[in-house]
Amino acid sequence: MVVDEQSFANVLVVAPRGRIDHQSADAFGDALAPILARCEGDSCKLVLDLSGVDYMSSVGLRELMLAAKQARAQGGTLVMSSLGSTLREIFQISRFDRVFTVFENVRDAIADIAPEALPRYERDAPDPASGPAC
Amino acid sequence: MLIRFWGTRGSLPVSLNAAGVRRKVRTALMRADGRRFGSEAEAERFMDESLDFTTCHTWGGNSPCVEIEGGDGYVLCDMGTGLRAFGQRFAEGGGLSRPTTFHIFMSHVHWDHIMGLPLFAPAYVPHNTLLIHGCHEGIEHALRRQHSAPSFPVDFDQLPSDIRFIRLEHGVTHEVAGLSISTLRQDHSGESYGYRFERDGKSVVYATDAEHRLDNAADTERVVEFFRDADLVIFDAMYSLADATSVKQDWGHSSNVIGVDLCHRARVKHYCMFHHEPLQDDEAIHRVWRETQRYEELMREDHALRVSSSWDGMEIRL
Repeated sequence: MVVDEQSFANVLVVAPRGRIDHQSADAFGDALAPILARCEGDSCKLVLDLSGVDYMSSVGLRELMLAAKQARAQGGTLVMSSLGSTLREIFQISRFDRVFTVFENVRDAIADIAPEALPRYERDAPDPASGPAC
Repeated sequence: MLIRFWGTRGSLPVSLNAAGVRRKVRTALMRADGRRFGSEAEAERFMDESLDFTTCHTWGGNSPCVEIEGGDGYVLCDMGTGLRAFGQRFAEGGGLSRPTTFHIFMSHVHWDHIMGLPLFAPAYVPHNTLLIHGCHEGIEHALRRQHSAPSFPVDFDQLPSDIRFIRLEHGVTHEVAGLSISTLRQDHSGESYGYRFERDGKSVVYATDAEHRLDNAADTERVVEFFRDADLVIFDAMYSLADATSVKQDWGHSSNVIGVDLCHRARVKHYCMFHHEPLQDDEAIHRVWRETQRYEELMREDHALRVSSSWDGMEIRL
């Protein structure tokens, strides 16, 4: 499971890529675990950029729910952003759009959860036209 | 095989209320838009051709009871309030005049799955036999308790029919009423059991009141194998996935989308949503059904799965 990470001040943008189904959900969960461990208080807020995920079955959604629960239990912040059209529908059908905070894009997410990190993001964020961050 | 749904609601029977009827009538009148009907048949045709299912039907409110026709004699799953409706139809057809044996397979003994027995007309006729099959130890105790004072005026021992309890060993294939029957232990308060009925190359799985946590690959695989290549899976789709994995986690029920994913993996032909949430009105159930069909399309790889949502009175021929 490929999961890209990029920090902007106290915000960590995490971008998984590919399919998240019964064959890859465990790997996705394993990849998220050490990242989530850092998601506490204001020191590290997470934006899960889902633009690279084109397929997510219930077992993948469950991993997202576990991640959100852990972040909440640690007093951390975890939000989602950049859902493609298919994933947006899956979120609506599963009602995950009602329990997660979902933003249109990473910039909007950072502006909401950590506006102090926005200048850093606008300076360092890769040009979306150049492809996914790595 | 013919599968007939007598009760499809979970947890608690519900009825269509006045406001719900009024909404349907209003919608029908609006759609008719001043049209005149020369006969009842013409009006019926308009209903079938121009109104959606929810406007001219209700999904129904009886608690679980499903009939499996195709065995030797009467075979039913669970004794929710749908059992009373089955008994009424049986009586109206003149069935009470002839000795009859009913095989009833119990998923478990929570109220919504047993509350039809006290008003099951055939149980009050001496020449009838009820063979109640199940893997649980306490089925007889639960039914006797339900009939005892002060909860009900007719004690279990006063029922004139011959009622017998047959404990099924889990993990063994049983032959009952000409059907080959296997069981699946399920995650539910006090455990529940799913049943797979097979005959002449046709198979139906009745798998209600089960939470599928997806946290253990071996457990999930066990369910997938039980569902494998079934013609029909009747599945507890009570909650949204968000609810089933958060506020309603540990409540013992599953979600519409988990059902699709399990049935896709098992290459099931027809997935039927069952055990509807009593909080949902007809419009909500209809919306969830359509969304589930869309989810199936989105998640489909090389195997198309038919998606239905059960309603009281629905029949599915395999």
